[in-house]
Amino acid sequence: MANDPIHQFHITKWIPIEVGGYDLSFTNSSAFMVATVAIAGAFLFLTTSSRGLIPGRLQSISEMSYEFVASMLRDAAGTQGMRFFPFVFSLFMFVFVANFIGLFPYFFTVTSHIIVTFALSLLVIGTVIVYGFLKHGLGFLRLFVPQGVPAILVPLVVMIEVISFLSRPLSLSVRLFANMLAGHITLKVFAGFVTALSAYGAVGVAGAVLPLFMTVAITALEVLVAALQAYVFAVLTCMYLNDALHPGH
Amino acid sequence: MLPATLKRMDGHVLSGQGVAMADSKRPDETGKTGPGDQDGPEFRDDDLEHRRRRLEASLATRRPGGPTAKEGERSGNLAGFGQALKLSSEFIAGVAVGALLGWMVDHWAGTSPWGLIIFLLLGFGAGVLNVMRSAGVVADAGLRAQDKRSKGPDET
Repeated sequence: MANDPIHQFHITKWIPIEVGGYDLSFTNSSAFMVATVAIAGAFLFLTTSSRGLIPGRLQSISEMSYEFVASMLRDAAGTQGMRFFPFVFSLFMFVFVANFIGLFPYFFTVTSHIIVTFALSLLVIGTVIVYGFLKHGLGFLRLFVPQGVPAILVPLVVMIEVISFLSRPLSLSVRLFANMLAGHITLKVFAGFVTALSAYGAVGVAGAVLPLFMTVAITALEVLVAALQAYVFAVLTCMYLNDALHPGH
Repeated sequence: MLPATLKRMDGHVLSGQGVAMADSKRPDETGKTGPGDQDGPEFRDDDLEHRRRRLEASLATRRPGGPTAKEGERSGNLAGFGQALKLSSEFIAGVAVGALLGWMVDHWAGTSPWGLIIFLLLGFGAGVLNVMRSAGVVADAGLRAQDKRSKGPDET
C-alpha cells in the first residue's frame, strides 16, 4: 500500500544469511548503518586530509564537530572525561548522520528502530558500569546511596535509585527512537493528505496546499529534531559517564 | 528537551569555575594587556598562552548559554513537545524497569504477585524521581553530595 505511513520502517532482507539457526541477514537496516558509518568516516577523513592551517569550509565543519563534542564532554565530565572522547564522538556522529540520512525520501531511518537505539544506550550504560567498577571498585555503589538520608529510609532510597539508574538506558533509547518514529510518521501522514486531497478535483487541490505547507514545515522541524536528538543523546552520554568518573561524592 | 538539559549544564558550569572565571575575566584581561606590552617579548609567549586558555574557558562557559536563549524564543511549541517527550519517557522508563525487575524476581523466586507489586511501586517512585531530576526540581545525581545538607530528606 502506497499510503501506509508505517511502511517506511519495514525491514527487508537484502542478502539472507543464516548461521546456526540465527538470522544474520544483511537487511536494509544494516545497509544504512554501513552507509552511515561510511559517510561519517569518509567525510571526516576526506575533509581533514588536507590539514590546512586555515581550514576550508568542509574542514571547518569537521573541526567544529570535534570542538562541539569535546567542549560538551569537558563541560559535563571534566578533563578526565576526555578519555571517552572517541566513544562519545563516534556515538554522536553515528546518531547525527543516521538521523540525517533518514530525512531523505525512500531512505531508511536506522534510529527509528528501538532495538538500535537500545543497543547504543546499553553500550553507554555498560561502559559506565564497567568503567565505574574498574575505577572505583565497590565505591561505585556509593552512587546509589545519597548522604543525609535517615537510616530507616536508606534501603528504600537505594532501591529507588537503582531502578532510576537502570531506567536510564530505556529512557535514553526511547527518547531518540520516539522522536524519530513520531516525526517520520507525521511527515508521511501529512504528505499522504496531499495526494489524497488532490484526488478531489480543483477544490481538493486548493485544499491540498495546507498539508503541503505542513509537510514543508515538518521537514524543517525534522532537520532540527535530527540534530537536537543527536545532541541530547551525546549530552546524556556525557552526564552518565560523569557518574562513572565521579560517583556522587 | 534541549532547554532543560542546557539549563542544567549551564547550572553545572556556572556553579563551578564559570562564575569566578567570568567575574575575574574583565579586570584581568585589561590588567594583562598593559604589562604584556611593556615587559617585552620574553613574557609574551607565556602571556599569549595564558590568555588563550582563558579565552577558551570563557568561551566554554558562554557556549551552552547561547543556544539556551535562542532555544527559548524559537518556538514554544517545539520546546513543549520535546519537554513532554522527555518527561514522559523518563517516567515510563522508571515504571517499566520496575515492573520488569519485579516480574523477573517473581519468575526466579516464585513469590508470585508480591515482587511485581513492590517493584512496580518502587518503579513508580523511581519514575517520579527521574522526572523531577530531569525537570531540575531536585538535585542531579552528581550534585547530590553538595546539596544534600540543605535539602535533606526532601529529596526522597
